[in-house]
Amino acid sequence: MPPDRAETVRDAVGLGLAVGLYGVAFGAAADAAGLDVWQALVLSAVMFTGASQFAIIGVLGAGGSAAAAVGSALLLGVRNTVYGVRLVPLLRPRGAVTRAGTAHLVIDETTALALAAPDRRLARLGFLVGGVVLYLTWNATTVVGALGAAALGGTARAALDAVVPAAFLALLWPRLGKGNAQPAVQRRVAIGGAVVALALTPFVPAGVQVIAAVVAVVLAGRPRRGVTA
Amino acid sequence: MSATWIAVLAASLGCYLLKLAGLSVPATWVEQPWVARVVDFVPAALLAALVAVQGLTSGNEIVVDGRLAGLAVAALALALRAPFIVVLVLAGAAGALVHALTG
Repeated sequence: MPPDRAETVRDAVGLGLAVGLYGVAFGAAADAAGLDVWQALVLSAVMFTGASQFAIIGVLGAGGSAAAAVGSALLLGVRNTVYGVRLVPLLRPRGAVTRAGTAHLVIDETTALALAAPDRRLARLGFLVGGVVLYLTWNATTVVGALGAAALGGTARAALDAVVPAAFLALLWPRLGKGNAQPAVQRRVAIGGAVVALALTPFVPAGVQVIAAVVAVVLAGRPRRGVTA
Repeated sequence: MSATWIAVLAASLGCYLLKLAGLSVPATWVEQPWVARVVDFVPAALLAALVAVQGLTSGNEIVVDGRLAGLAVAALALALRAPFIVVLVLAGAAGALVHALTG
């Protein structure tokens, strides 16, 4: 294998394994939210986009309605649509089957791998290898987490309860740092979202305050001319 | 079928269709400046709301317990660039410790 291909494969496998292990936390959190192992596995196998998966179990676990749970998962899933648009010129999926398969792997990590690659050939390689490794690891660790958490007692349950909000914080954190465009605005929107959600908590059915927090996006202001993220 | 199964299947299908749409719709539909703006900032608002709701509420009440200690430890670990799994393990340990101390 040429060195550039070997390096791309190594990076993609490393990222896929590292992020895929995080499925343990998802499986455990799904169990804590009252889902069974099959429901957790369907989310990892079919939905396969971490933030949306955590959102749906977060809202269901908080006693929210199915509609609020689905709504929050879809709102977080919209960014994958934008990733897809950015990936088309790089991956050029041909035919309905290739496109359907490619779509399933469009998530934060695979998009980052494809966009970081130096050329189109390596972009496709990184996307495919990273996506497949992450998919397999994520699904296997989901089952491990769900089955493992089901066997836990009181103090371990308290530990798990503390892991779930920390997981959301870990998902949020990279969006607020220097690697992101306009981190100060991201932080303002994040604080706004948290304040809206807490302020509404006593007054609305569980889960609705999460969706309502979307209004904090107005704190980002109007798009600047000439700036397209 | 239970409400949970319906939510799981509907949201899974919906999230897949959102991915497929990105590979299928003309780029100009999505590349409007205001669409890009909203898509860039919606995750921050939603994820922060989920941090707050999962960390500080129970039903319709604001509740302070070991979860807040877990969040504080997680924030510190993230600031020190600890890997994901380390962050989660430390947060869980903090939550378990508070639970054990306050029983």
